[in-house]
Amino acid sequence: MTPAVRLDDVALMLGGRAVLAGVNLEIRSGEFLGVFGPNGAGKTTLMRAILGLLPASRGRIAVLGAPARRGNEGIGYMPQSRANLPAARLRGFDFVAAMVRGHRLGLPLLDRAGRREVAWALDMVGAAPLARRPLADMSGGERQRLLLAQALIGRPRLLLLDEPLQNLDPHHQMAVVAVAKTLQVELGMTVLFSAHELNPLLGTMDRVLYLGGGQAAIGTVADVVTGPVLSRLYGSPIDVVHVQGRIFVMSGGLDMEREAHRHEHDRAHAHADHA
Amino acid sequence: MRTPTMPDLLSYDFMRSAFIAAAIVAVVASQVGYFLVLRGQTFAGHALAHVGFTGATGAVLLGVTPLWGLVTLTVASGIGMGLAGERLAQRDVAIGLVLALALGLGLLFLHFFTAYATQATALLFGNVLSVDTATLWRLLAIGVVCLATLGVIARPLLFASLQPELAEARGVSPRLFGALFLAVVAAATAECAEIVGVLLVFALMVGPAATAQRLAGRVGAGLALAAALALAEAWGGIALAYYTDWPSSFWITALSAAAYLAASAAPMR
Repeated sequence: MTPAVRLDDVALMLGGRAVLAGVNLEIRSGEFLGVFGPNGAGKTTLMRAILGLLPASRGRIAVLGAPARRGNEGIGYMPQSRANLPAARLRGFDFVAAMVRGHRLGLPLLDRAGRREVAWALDMVGAAPLARRPLADMSGGERQRLLLAQALIGRPRLLLLDEPLQNLDPHHQMAVVAVAKTLQVELGMTVLFSAHELNPLLGTMDRVLYLGGGQAAIGTVADVVTGPVLSRLYGSPIDVVHVQGRIFVMSGGLDMEREAHRHEHDRAHAHADHA
Repeated sequence: MRTPTMPDLLSYDFMRSAFIAAAIVAVVASQVGYFLVLRGQTFAGHALAHVGFTGATGAVLLGVTPLWGLVTLTVASGIGMGLAGERLAQRDVAIGLVLALALGLGLLFLHFFTAYATQATALLFGNVLSVDTATLWRLLAIGVVCLATLGVIARPLLFASLQPELAEARGVSPRLFGALFLAVVAAATAECAEIVGVLLVFALMVGPAATAQRLAGRVGAGLALAAALALAEAWGGIALAYYTDWPSSFWITALSAAAYLAASAAPMR
């Protein structure tokens, strides 16, 4: 079977810095892949490269059997959420509807098929009750659902979810993970799910991809999330501790993922205050 | 003394022209303004209006119709701003500097042409009562071009405004559509300047659109409401000016602000 994504000796540069250097990997069709790594390790950059927004400076990227290119309708994408949403009074339905054939010129009018598509996408992520509510009245978890629904428009085969758990409480995190799993199982989509913490995705993801130091390691949790592999990627000694079915990635006694997550949180709050 | 009635209001040519001009401009400005507010670029729109002042005074200096100077320079700046990228178009300091420089240059041009102090006031604060037939046709032509362009780019523009990263991934260039849109904004700004002047463009372009976005949850309803509000405010302003002899631009800004305040005070659904 053709892999969903295949990287052959790929290097990605971002502002003169090598984010990935000579990475080979294969993402299997239909798998749920958790994507992890420290801040700046290239999780978002990798997704942008798969979307064709960032050309590889070396090597080849194949997506769904063809070279990566911009505007690939086979890919659904959920970008990292921003603190301030525009058009706060816009209804959920209209927000998602803006996506339907959004790349075509003309008036943003929806035909019956378009309206059905939006209703289907909202339904798939359990966001049907949000259709008539304004964005401003939604919680973070509800907005994430809307963004997920948007990613489904056009019925892509590959879903790229960039940090969908950011700024969500554990309850909402579980709900978003469950929705993503449903999409994988029911629609047969390949899901790339980037996150800061491993634990919310344990038991849901089929394999993990860890990025760090320009390198990548892909495989099962047992193969990849180990002291030696992560120490190599992080470039510093890492301990992996298993506690009652949960996994903690520690560096010098600090829980690295929690730390990274906390910083993200602070930053998001700073943004919100600023806005 | 007899109170003036509606027939009185429309018995003068200049009043009829004023109502027609206000209608054209209100509709165009409100539709463009809806997207401007949606994209959070209202300040950029304001700056374009000031650039228009330079264009208009420069045109006067060269002996060309001010409206064309206005349109030429605003559209050129709009495209430039758009191509410079979304970031720049939202950068307060850069825009503020451009705005101040534009007004300063306009002042310099006027200095060379001291006889036209009234023209300066008309440019800055508008004078809808002095619109002649030739201007009406120009307003109509520019208005049609604005709405037609907006109609063609509306869907990708809405997409890129709400979800820039996603739009980019789907092959929509936020920069291209940003530049095209700012060109439309620039032309619409020039239209507005004719009615309320460059300093008060906000009243017709941003006021009704922002009010409509607070009240309407659908894009179509929002656009329709913005048009209705802009029309009511522009016509209401002219009528009130006729009865009170206060400037029409004052009344239009007052109505625009009042509508927005009322919408903000109204309980959210």
